[in-house]
Amino acid sequence: MEPCDLNALDLTLLLRKKEISALEIVDSCLKRVAAVDGRPGALENTELTEEDKRKVHAFITLADEHARAQAAQVDRAIGAGEDPGALAGVPFTVKDIFCVKDTPSTAASKILANFTAPYTATPVKRMQNAGAIMLGKVNLDEFTYGSSNESSAYQPSPRNPWKTDRVPGGSSGGSAASVAAGEAPLSLGTDTAGSIRQPAAFCGVVGVKPTYGRVSRYGLIAFASSLDCPGPVARSVKDAAAMLQVIAGADAHDSTATPLPVPDYLDGIEEGVKGMRIGLSPDYFRITYPDPVTGELLSQALPAEIEKAVRQAAEKLAAMGAEIIEDVPMSNTRFGIPAYFVISRVEAASNLHRYDGVKYGHRSKIITSDLKAMYKNTRNEGFGLQPKLRILMGMYVSAAQYSEQYYKRALQVRTLIRRDFEAAFDPRGKYRLDALLTPTTPTTAFEMAAVYGDSVLMQYADQLTVPANHAGVPGLSLPGGLDAEGLPIGIQLLGGDYTEKTLFRIGRAYEMATENEAWRGEKPEVLRNLPVNP
Amino acid sequence: MTEAITREVFDHLVNLAALQLSEEQAEYLPKQLNNQMKAINELAAIPIDADVPISLHGVPFEESASASPREDVWQKYADVADILKQAPQIEDGCIVVPDIPHTELK
Repeated sequence: MEPCDLNALDLTLLLRKKEISALEIVDSCLKRVAAVDGRPGALENTELTEEDKRKVHAFITLADEHARAQAAQVDRAIGAGEDPGALAGVPFTVKDIFCVKDTPSTAASKILANFTAPYTATPVKRMQNAGAIMLGKVNLDEFTYGSSNESSAYQPSPRNPWKTDRVPGGSSGGSAASVAAGEAPLSLGTDTAGSIRQPAAFCGVVGVKPTYGRVSRYGLIAFASSLDCPGPVARSVKDAAAMLQVIAGADAHDSTATPLPVPDYLDGIEEGVKGMRIGLSPDYFRITYPDPVTGELLSQALPAEIEKAVRQAAEKLAAMGAEIIEDVPMSNTRFGIPAYFVISRVEAASNLHRYDGVKYGHRSKIITSDLKAMYKNTRNEGFGLQPKLRILMGMYVSAAQYSEQYYKRALQVRTLIRRDFEAAFDPRGKYRLDALLTPTTPTTAFEMAAVYGDSVLMQYADQLTVPANHAGVPGLSLPGGLDAEGLPIGIQLLGGDYTEKTLFRIGRAYEMATENEAWRGEKPEVLRNLPVNP
Repeated sequence: MTEAITREVFDHLVNLAALQLSEEQAEYLPKQLNNQMKAINELAAIPIDADVPISLHGVPFEESASASPREDVWQKYADVADILKQAPQIEDGCIVVPDIPHTELK
């Protein structure tokens, strides 16, 4: 096993014992990038070669020089007997929606292609302060608008390491793909409707959407400000817990970041689930969506192997002493997407008005003597289809004559969704759950180009993840097996506000219970035929 | 099904949003918007009591879990030039834009 394939916490132990250097770790990751990633995403849209189709394409910007310099600093600190930080020497990738000083911060959009951030986002800075080493910025859907990464202005867009003709999910697709392919043990993503958990499920890694407010959004290029949550992508629950430990906490730059103390997530993480109450809800085993032609609502059960993975996980947790509570009603789950279509678009439209070609980012080179013409030319050239679609919908549903009918109603539905969670987790209520166990996604990774272009169907990929964003509660997705095609299945744990510690404990118990199962030994396609020293 | 967003409404939105679309986009985007409206219209069928409050945030901002507002004190940014260098056009420390249309008030 190469150093790049080890988990973050194992690497920190080896580093402290001086059995490996930070530079060796970084070089191992860079070699893996060279072996599997292919050309990075770029604005020039050239035709894909057959080789391109076999690569991961997680990166937009590889910060190799900077990473090696930072690794040398970590090695010097260790050599001098200093404390190098909790995640010293651990490489991580950053979704290119976070500002990192003196680094291109593009949001995968042409409109920010020339933007070099003048400051660093709080979660990134906290990782760096803990000694973690940023390896580069990874691709995403343009402004995070999508669930497949295909909407990125930077092509080739990422591909799923398990099967490169499949999408990695999105919008944190570059994050999940880079971690699954062994390019870095950790990545920083964001989750607005499932954008960490869905790609984590598709790529067979662990993804965490923390409680809203648990992690600062300072330096995050905003999509929907009341829903956006930065969070970890990792290859194990313990690594995800260690990363959240570093990035969580109050921040003077973000008034929505809660001052509540951050618990020790690793303390007691292997104490098991005995006595815990874990719920299953029938509302998470069906998906409802409108027929694209008629608009008629269709409802169908999830694929049997996805439901089976969740039920088997419940059985394992029960065997370890958890009490499984069946039939927990989460009856407003199916309204999560319609409400999200309204709320997220209104917030996105508001956030996108700042891109005008005046203060930073792209400005059209068409010479005009009229400011509004300059705005139009700039926004036409700079925005792809998805931002334009979201701006237009956001403006429509928040217009004075429609806002009562759409925006207000969507915000009331958000209340109903929140109430579902409050009832499930109420310690004096009927269910008194510690967590709800669900599938993360209605399908495993779909084929490239199979859904892209149908903005409604693409959005419904988030049906089982978006309720947690409306409610603000935390969610953890972790690998729960493989389907018949060998693609990862994600299972999801949802909890009450600020109960990440409980979710990690349950997730770790599940990992321990399944560590000897055959599927745990399977590797993504891109790693199966690597030379011994890539 | 009648389309919620007619061509006239769409063109109005495009203008308000300071967008300009290619022919292909002007064809594709209204179709997608109207498909999304079919999904959004599901909200109308949900029985909601009039007294159900709206939620602008999922997690309530209770005082014990919220940061105190910071004092409204001006702070000098350490490196103004670093920010200004992002602007597409600068002259004498000011950002240059094309003429701002204005109307003389009588």
